[in-house]
Amino acid sequence: MARARGQGWLKGYAIGYLVFLYAPVFLLPIFAFNDSAIIAFPLSGFTTANFQQLWATDAMHGALVNSLQVAVAAAVISTLLGICAARASARYEFPGRRAIIGFIMLPLVLPEIIVAVALLVVLVQLGFALSLWTVVLGHVLVCTPFSIAILSSAFQNMDRSLEEASQDLGEGRMMTFLRVTLPLVTPGIVASLLIGFTISLDEFIIAFFLTGTEPTLPVYIWSQLRFTAKLPGVMALGCLLLVLSLALLCAAEYFRRRSARQTGSSGGYL
Amino acid sequence: MTDDRPRGRALIELDRVEKRFDEVAALKGVSGSIMEGEFFSLLGPSGCGKTTLLRLIAGFDEPTRGAIAIDGKPMAGVPANLRPTNMVFQSYAIFPHLDVAQNVAYGLRRLRLGREETARRVEEALGMVDLAGYGKRAAHALSGGQRQRVALARALVMRPRVLLLDEPLSALDKKLREQMQVELRRLQRAVGITFILVTHDQEEALIMSDRIAVMFDGEIAQLASPETLYRRPVDRRVASFIGVMNFFDARVTGESAGLIELDVAGLGPVAIPPEQAPGGRNAAGTTVGIRPEMLTLLFSDTERAEHEVSGEVVDAVYYGDMTYYDLKLPGTERPATVSMRNTAGRPVLRPGDPARVGWGRESVILLA
Repeated sequence: MARARGQGWLKGYAIGYLVFLYAPVFLLPIFAFNDSAIIAFPLSGFTTANFQQLWATDAMHGALVNSLQVAVAAAVISTLLGICAARASARYEFPGRRAIIGFIMLPLVLPEIIVAVALLVVLVQLGFALSLWTVVLGHVLVCTPFSIAILSSAFQNMDRSLEEASQDLGEGRMMTFLRVTLPLVTPGIVASLLIGFTISLDEFIIAFFLTGTEPTLPVYIWSQLRFTAKLPGVMALGCLLLVLSLALLCAAEYFRRRSARQTGSSGGYL
Repeated sequence: MTDDRPRGRALIELDRVEKRFDEVAALKGVSGSIMEGEFFSLLGPSGCGKTTLLRLIAGFDEPTRGAIAIDGKPMAGVPANLRPTNMVFQSYAIFPHLDVAQNVAYGLRRLRLGREETARRVEEALGMVDLAGYGKRAAHALSGGQRQRVALARALVMRPRVLLLDEPLSALDKKLREQMQVELRRLQRAVGITFILVTHDQEEALIMSDRIAVMFDGEIAQLASPETLYRRPVDRRVASFIGVMNFFDARVTGESAGLIELDVAGLGPVAIPPEQAPGGRNAAGTTVGIRPEMLTLLFSDTERAEHEVSGEVVDAVYYGDMTYYDLKLPGTERPATVSMRNTAGRPVLRPGDPARVGWGRESVILLA
């Protein structure tokens, strides 16, 4: 009996936890379709005007294009860096291997505001002009640990004798990498690209500090929040971003699991 | 007794091959020749260096010292992809992103045979391992035994001079393993390629091999035919690793008419020819070995043997066709094991029963 009661309590806790976490997120689409400038219940009516207004806002389009450029660049660069680091840590023993990987993973736990301010100070001191490229730089810093985490498991789970078998069958190192290694870690690479893209697209603090005259989408949204009249539009935009992020995360998880299955590991969550 | 001198032409020559990993010596100077077309086994417990030696021959590692030559060509500095060897890995290493036919065709790409010839060779190789028509199967849809066959086909399709097999049967269940032992043997005879098998299973090595190198601690303890290894092991390690062996303390008492005179604890005096001391002989405290099937229980008073000794049954294990007895003999600590075929009318003794044991001098091996 005591056990049953304990489980009931746990169930309640779990539900409360999920409601607290996700209820605000679900309010977003509700108000995005609400026919009122004020974000409050009761709802006054259904409309898609907010989305139409969004469609017509040129500044938003500019911010979206900026964000996409930054996200693609950050995802590609952090994945390339991740491939090198993950391959090295999975295959080779070298002095300080753990320490080096530890340092690369540090941005995962470092408060972003510290990373952002530190980068800003350094870049200004070095005389770099703030631009989308400085945002890319900051995003690569926070995306790379995720890339390494995903790609490390892809490389580590790969049976080493597969590469040896390829050499045994006459292929050199380069062709072995292209014909065996790369195809087997491709799902991991795709997952890494998608995660990097999603993180960069949503990231606000670093972008806010390091962006020049061209805002990214989150920075643009933040600037719009000062005007109450723009709030429903922001809600609509947030709604779209939510759907996009969820889709990307699902795709990333799909590829990560496929990678885990192909290389023979049990999978699991990140 | 079979002739142990290797026949034919040496295909692989090992010359004092040493391999160290950091400070650990995995191979301490291994020499020997592996003949063209023979089924050769490297047998030993885990950690004896047998897999290390196989990987040196394949070219995945370089020897620390010594030399390996294949077909007369020194292999120093020749990478695995340029050696005339192919390997069946312990894990089979089937490429999971390719189907069966693509796996088998993997190594043919470099030969530029053309689409039709490639397909023909792949189908031929799959036929050899009884997987004809399996080409379109996905790698992950194969059973353990099928994966093993694909690995075999993938290596054989390259028509290597030497096929290296790294414990290829250890992942299979007993029944399938026994079936594959016979099939591998048959396949090796059919293709005529030199096979080098690494195994820790002495029975497997005995069944399949023309010659076996028994390895301990990075050295070859004995290199001989299965029959010689079983009947004339050079020392205690080899004798106890291959089959079951009874050990008796013994003393060399003298030599006359070319025979070595021994006094064996529990069995008594016996004189043996030098061939039965394959590892040479130590003058003082030494050991003799006798196989369980070389000892006979004498069930009736009329049965006679060259030598006889009385003892008592300590334990009897019934296997259906055979019964294994543990016997306490006077003057010995360890019980001696005797295996008896359960022929018609022959009783099965119980622990505590007295027993007469018969043996002949040709069954005694003096061990170094």
